[in-house]
Amino acid sequence: MSEVVDSSTPLLEFRGINTHYGAVHILKEVDLAIYPGELVCLLGGNASGKSTTLKTLLGMVTPTTGEVVLDGEVVNDKPTSYRVERGVTMVPENRRLFKRLTVKENLELGAYLRNDDGVESDLERIYEMFPRVKERLNQKSGTLSGGEQQMVAVGRALMANPRVLLMDEPSMGLAPALVQTNFELIQQIHEEGVAIFMVEQNANMALSIADRGWVLQSGRVVLDDTAEALLANPELRASYLGDGNR
Amino acid sequence: MSETMNTDDAVVLAPARSAFDQDWRKIVNWGLICALALIFVSLTDMPDKLDKRVIVEPLLSMGYLSLIWIPIALGNFVTREVVLEGMAQHKKGLRELVAGVSVGAIGGAGLALLIWLLDTRDLSDPLVNWNDALLEVLSFGEGVGYGAIFWILASAGLGLAGGALHLLPAIANRLLFAISLTIVLSASLESALDDISEGFQLEWLFEALFEKKGGLSVQGAIILAVFAIAWVLFLGGQAKRGRAAVAARRELSPTKVNTVGLVLIAVAAVVLPMFLGRLTNDLLTNVGLFLLLALGLNIVVGLAGILDLGYVAFYAVGGYTAAIMTSPTSPGLSPELPWWVAIFVVVFMAIVAGLFIGAPVIRMRGDYLAIVTLGFGEIIRLTVRSDWASGFTGGAQGILSIPGADIVGIATVKGTDPQQVLYLVIGFVAIAIYVSWRLENSRIGRAWMAVREDESVAEAMGINTVNSKLQAFVVGAILASFSGAIFAAKVGSVFESSFKILVSIVILVIVIVGGMGRIAGVAAGALVLVGILGGPNQPGLLAEFSEFKLLIYGALLIWMMLKRPEGLIPNVRRSRELHQDEFLQDAWLKAQADDDDDEAVSGEAAPA
Repeated sequence: MSEVVDSSTPLLEFRGINTHYGAVHILKEVDLAIYPGELVCLLGGNASGKSTTLKTLLGMVTPTTGEVVLDGEVVNDKPTSYRVERGVTMVPENRRLFKRLTVKENLELGAYLRNDDGVESDLERIYEMFPRVKERLNQKSGTLSGGEQQMVAVGRALMANPRVLLMDEPSMGLAPALVQTNFELIQQIHEEGVAIFMVEQNANMALSIADRGWVLQSGRVVLDDTAEALLANPELRASYLGDGNR
Repeated sequence: MSETMNTDDAVVLAPARSAFDQDWRKIVNWGLICALALIFVSLTDMPDKLDKRVIVEPLLSMGYLSLIWIPIALGNFVTREVVLEGMAQHKKGLRELVAGVSVGAIGGAGLALLIWLLDTRDLSDPLVNWNDALLEVLSFGEGVGYGAIFWILASAGLGLAGGALHLLPAIANRLLFAISLTIVLSASLESALDDISEGFQLEWLFEALFEKKGGLSVQGAIILAVFAIAWVLFLGGQAKRGRAAVAARRELSPTKVNTVGLVLIAVAAVVLPMFLGRLTNDLLTNVGLFLLLALGLNIVVGLAGILDLGYVAFYAVGGYTAAIMTSPTSPGLSPELPWWVAIFVVVFMAIVAGLFIGAPVIRMRGDYLAIVTLGFGEIIRLTVRSDWASGFTGGAQGILSIPGADIVGIATVKGTDPQQVLYLVIGFVAIAIYVSWRLENSRIGRAWMAVREDESVAEAMGINTVNSKLQAFVVGAILASFSGAIFAAKVGSVFESSFKILVSIVILVIVIVGGMGRIAGVAAGALVLVGILGGPNQPGLLAEFSEFKLLIYGALLIWMMLKRPEGLIPNVRRSRELHQDEFLQDAWLKAQADDDDDEAVSGEAAPA
């Protein structure tokens, strides 16, 4: 978190990415750029390619053509672990904790690739951030409430000491009251200097905290603009923001 | 059976129900189950085959025991109720007895029907045990009418006894259970006890308990019963207090108590084999070989969550590699290495085999993986037998005259000396336990657990899932190959028939029955299944049972899955998780009862 934020070159970038599942063309000529310390969001309906974008960024899906660039280096053929080591971390959809392992084990698995001495102090930092988590360290994570699970999921991702956090539908499956808290939490992490790339269906809420956003439609980026401009865009208002909380 | 749910106070017993206030349908159901069970056991020929194995000399044999426990157990179960908090609990009385008798009588009638059919029809074509010998055993040679009436009455009486267990106070139930367990267990362990008593110069005790021609004497049974009673009443309480004290100490210094326990076990492992006779040593060697296999599989299945149904492949690789490397008569290649050098080749081959089988298999998940491993298990065996490989493996002729295990030239463990082999096995089991224990608490162990829980998330955490699964596969393969290498040195020959698919299944059953993910559980599973019942090719203590081994394995597995899915000695984590539904249900019912407050609500009776 102490790196100097150099905002001139992108941290993570897509250059003309195309992906296929078998013969199905998923992402079509997608260009994205996430700069250090930014909070950006990717909007899009079902089956628009949002999750594939995340998986491609993290290296769990290999693009057919185009380049995934991390810190100026093409990482197309580098495994997920290579990217995680360099600060790309994901909070998966629906939190996906290791349910039968304890909270502590989950957090430690977040730091799986790290062997620096910062792990202990980062654990302390997570406990400070989420006192509730500290109370439940030896409990199996599957027995926690939804809100607590979200805390552990975020804590687990932070344990990897990320520079960019990829969040897949962070507000999905959370009680309405928790959605607001969750967005506040995302902002808080962002303020500590972590770049955040968020995939969301809750477009209004996401754009209200984001700097920039993209809109993905059938695997193609149809809009790429600042959050304010997107919020004001009549087309987008009609398709996504019309009924507010879609 | 509808009754009122009384939420006032569960402890106060409601008055006993009338003897005829019965759920007759339930009684008929259980009665039919009883009849079917009796007929099934009879047709497996257990009563006849096990008749020679005597429990208490003139009174009871294993054969009749295989029948009589059924009416007792079912006569008891029929009136067993799940009493939830807030439900009325009736005093037990005549009603339970009537239900027990009815169930027993229906069961006995089923057996009587079988006796009559045995006499009048010939179904020996599909049912191989449909013969006069069975009729003879069932009717005591006194004719059909006698047998039929005897079994109806006897079964009813046994059902009555089963029902009567409900009327006895809890302590009496515990005493009866302890007595029957002690007697049956002692009788089962007869040959081992004979062997052990010799080592400890306790023949006089053995002779006091057992008849010369086999089976407990009546006097011996009485001595054991007294011992069981004393144990439950006096010593049992002390043992419990001792355990509690240990547990309390453990809170204070967990490592200290563990160390003491470990040292005790280690001393026992070193000293005990000296006092045991050939038979027991040989038996324990078999147990150890399977324990080694089960510990390996426990890593693969329990920790990494890879359901490997072809685990026998690595056992075969170990056995054949050791055989080829050490035997002077092995065809093709015959370097005649000493055993301890060969072990390095064995490890190398196990790693190669683990990678070779693992690499294609590991990319699959769940059921697909299980089925493919099942295939590979057979492929290895069939390859060994094939003409193509028989130049090295001897094909169906196998490899003979494998010398014993030479340990760095210091000593040679001869396969014919079970005591030496047992020491060798104990050494390797100790290594395996240490490795399992260290791995479980290591970084790689945690990665395995993560992969087991959620493979894609584990990958997103940066865990190389393919590599860590392969590592688990290879560690498992090495442990299995050790077992194979010792097996080859012990038996002195290897044949492909020793590595059939059944071995894989038995190892898996040991892990499941014992308790997946827990070393002590796996040890208990190996001891019970291989030691008492016997391994796939190895006789256990109950040698007469070998014909029914698989039947008992299967029954045990089903029963365990239903009643105790966490295994004999469970891993705490797994146990909680498997019973979570019950906990939740209890909590929910309790909350319901609280909601209903003190108004009496009529509800359905508990499910049976």
